[in-house]
Amino acid sequence: MTETTETGQKLVKSSEIDRKFKYEISKIPGGEKLLYCFQCGTCTSDCPIARFSETYRPRQIIRMTQLGLRKKVLSLDTLWLCASCFTCTDRCPQNVEVAKVIQVLRNLAAQQDYIPRVFKELGSSILETGYAYRITQLRIKRREDMGLPPLPKGNPERLTKILRKVRFRKFLEKKENLKK
Amino acid sequence: MTERNKYLIFLGCVIPYRVASYEVSARKVLQKFGIELVEMPDFNCCGLPMDPVDHEMMLIMSARNLAVAEQQSLNILTLCPGCSGTLRKVNNMLKEDKRLREVINTRLNEVGLEFKGSIEVKHLVRVLAEDLGLEKVKNSVVRPLVSLKVAEHNGCHFLRPKKIASFDDPEDPKILKSLVEASGATCLDYMDESECCGAPSVGINDKVPLQLTRDKLNHIKIVGAQALITICPFCHMMYDTNQGRIEKMFSENYCIPVLHYPQLLGLAMGFSPDELALSELRINVSRILCTHKST
Repeated sequence: MTETTETGQKLVKSSEIDRKFKYEISKIPGGEKLLYCFQCGTCTSDCPIARFSETYRPRQIIRMTQLGLRKKVLSLDTLWLCASCFTCTDRCPQNVEVAKVIQVLRNLAAQQDYIPRVFKELGSSILETGYAYRITQLRIKRREDMGLPPLPKGNPERLTKILRKVRFRKFLEKKENLKK
Repeated sequence: MTERNKYLIFLGCVIPYRVASYEVSARKVLQKFGIELVEMPDFNCCGLPMDPVDHEMMLIMSARNLAVAEQQSLNILTLCPGCSGTLRKVNNMLKEDKRLREVINTRLNEVGLEFKGSIEVKHLVRVLAEDLGLEKVKNSVVRPLVSLKVAEHNGCHFLRPKKIASFDDPEDPKILKSLVEASGATCLDYMDESECCGAPSVGINDKVPLQLTRDKLNHIKIVGAQALITICPFCHMMYDTNQGRIEKMFSENYCIPVLHYPQLLGLAMGFSPDELALSELRINVSRILCTHKST
């Protein structure tokens, strides 16, 4: 149970803190500059998503990561709201690749099965057809009517072969995961 | 050696799924410029949609496409900035990082492929601006769209992150604008024009990205643009396919036609609306076509 202070703020227990988390992220490509963030807030103030979302705050995600709130940050729904427009990355005065840190966090979240449904759909379409969206026969026929050349064929067998050892492919092949 | 007037065209997934008019018009325009397009012998998604959940999966998917293109000794031309951004990123990563290249090549070798780092990846606009040049684009215009006032939207992955895109200035982009103006039309400035349309967040949450698109449409309407010009199939879906939905949701009224850049240029080059698949657009373009005819 989360304890609260007299003013209603949530307390974080020291047992919830993973002190090595920030170093772990710093070692993953894209996360190298995490520790440089001094919380100026340029990322949040320039973020087009943060402008319309009441909960998505890239600065907060970076701070939670620095503080080692592993479980909290990886289970955030808002982690998946980032549009990867890279405005934060381009404008950070400390050269923190904010959008990439978020991508690294998403990858870790996915490893713990926090995966929004849309990625399961995209992933299974890719493995089955080569394309991220299922392109219907009607579309393919319409292409011909519009005078377009035949659509390049996906090669799911070859693709599955080279992705054999990839974690997310293994995840998708367990059918029960797709239903979640 | 790769040639400058022959490219392997990488369509990506969204264009064949929903945005055929972009492909139709791009092929028409490129053919007229004498740029030959070769189809991908076999295809898989560039990998971008998988990057959030599995970076390694994205790397392998992207690298496979690059290796296929290398076998053809052809540079890749994409219409989607998401595809070009991803393929460019992975191309750079594997060219620079020998260890990573070895790891990825171990996988590719299983299907007889190898990444060598011998090709380049370019978006359509980049091919027009760099390989062909603004002058040639201008010279191709036979029916300048002089009375037309439009706005442009570059989209994010075409310009950002700056380090990978290494093209125009993402804070004040000018190149697409100059290409738009080559058609004879006036290209208007508007507030927050290099800002994201919101598309990548659509699968996660509809409301936030649609508010973003609405905000952009408001800024475009305020300056009096008669049409919006895009170079990305995702951005196009946000502005064109979703425009009616946004109007309903927020009680707005826009009726702003959204043209793919090659549709605009194609009109100025003398192609007919049919040849450029203008009727495929959700927002009717006849209004701006009338303006164009009366000049």
